Amino acid sequence: MIDAIQVLAQQQSEIFEIVLLSLLVSGSATIFSALIGIPLGAWIGLTTFPGKGVLLRIIYTLMALPPVLAGLLVYLLLSRSGPLGSAEWLFTPNAMIMAQCLLVTPIITGLSAATIAGKEGIIYDHARSLGATRVQAVWTVITESRTGIIAGIMTGFGRAFAEVGAVMLVGGNIRHSTRVLTTAIILETRQGNFEMGVALGIILLILSFIVSSIVLLNAKDFDLGEV
Amino acid sequence: MNLFEITNLTKVYRDRTVLSIDRLSLERDRIYAVLGPNGAGKSTLLRILDLLEEPESGEIKFMDGQFIKAGHKSYSIARRMCMVFQRPLMFDTSVYNNIAYGLRIRKRQRREIEESVREALSFVGMEDFANYPATKLSGGEMQRVALARALVLKPEVLLLDEPTANLDPHSVQILEAIVRNHHQQFGTSVIMVTHNLFQAKRMADEVILLVGGEVVEKSAVETFFKYPADKRSEAFLDGTMVY
Repeated sequence: MIDAIQVLAQQQSEIFEIVLLSLLVSGSATIFSALIGIPLGAWIGLTTFPGKGVLLRIIYTLMALPPVLAGLLVYLLLSRSGPLGSAEWLFTPNAMIMAQCLLVTPIITGLSAATIAGKEGIIYDHARSLGATRVQAVWTVITESRTGIIAGIMTGFGRAFAEVGAVMLVGGNIRHSTRVLTTAIILETRQGNFEMGVALGIILLILSFIVSSIVLLNAKDFDLGEV
Repeated sequence: MNLFEITNLTKVYRDRTVLSIDRLSLERDRIYAVLGPNGAGKSTLLRILDLLEEPESGEIKFMDGQFIKAGHKSYSIARRMCMVFQRPLMFDTSVYNNIAYGLRIRKRQRREIEESVREALSFVGMEDFANYPATKLSGGEMQRVALARALVLKPEVLLLDEPTANLDPHSVQILEAIVRNHHQQFGTSVIMVTHNLFQAKRMADEVILLVGGEVVEKSAVETFFKYPADKRSEAFLDGTMVY
């Protein structure tokens, strides 16, 4: 443990860079996924349409999408001969964000849909009876489902932050460019620098704890105070 | 003046007709108790009146001539009524925010909301609970907050779906007093579904008995209990009805 702290102290600036990029990539991926996943989950949870069951099964399957497969798909999309090759995103943080979005969006969508569907009827009826318009009633259902939605966001962030296969494939673990905590741990372990690997692992856990705490503390204030 | 005039109303769930009312008139400024066995269509009637469900056919004429019809939702009248459910849902926030909900969605001014909520809390005897988390209240307290949340909107019609079904006798007494006081002070019309015959006797001016989705009898409360006009009413009152 002391060795790990000494190693960290010696390489402060590079570790800071890695931590920052990890937060940026996983944070951006989670935000983009939430922007897609919450409305999509709300729509699925609140409406009935033919094929809803099939769609939900597909989403639940994608929740367990192997990171390496997500990375491979994004790799094929962004490679020179791929449909998005002209963007030249391969081996950049953008590609890593894209791959993580592919992993996180189904998680946020699926958990939001399940939470909202479980509460929809009774909350919607109460809101409507108190004079809410359809939009106001839907917003009420979403805010009242916030615990489940936030759990979905945190699960998604956790998956993105701890994931290694996809970012390794599309990011390449390039020093000062696409190296994040998880890919750095792999590299250090392969080189036999176990102290450094453990130290980075501890940083990853601490950061995850801090991010969850900040989100959960703020979530307490996010209620129906203002409709 | 009529509150509701219901004509040829039907409601079907899957293949089962749960409500079939040829004609029913309800007057303003009265308290109605809707009685009937389980599955008689009492709650469904309330949900249709509150525009939470659409009937398959028929029409309901509201006070000033507006209609609630199959396939045509008159949302303009929805805000003139309010329903209190058997198991009230408390929004996961303070008691104050729960009561302020209906006022906020009507875009009322902050000061007006504060005054109205304070008044409503006092009306239900819960002045000290404004900042208390609503989901942590007891069943009786939740039901009082649910009533305050409805009454703060000064509805012309208050729809109560077995509001005291799960409460102890003391809480029942408190809730009945709140409803009665509000009815007397503001002339609110009340339609209350209940399984409690004593409550119907205590509270109602008139009783409507529903059986199998049909109106069996509608009469003044004393007449209904003393001289039921229909054999099914007699059977319902003496507990010998088979359904």
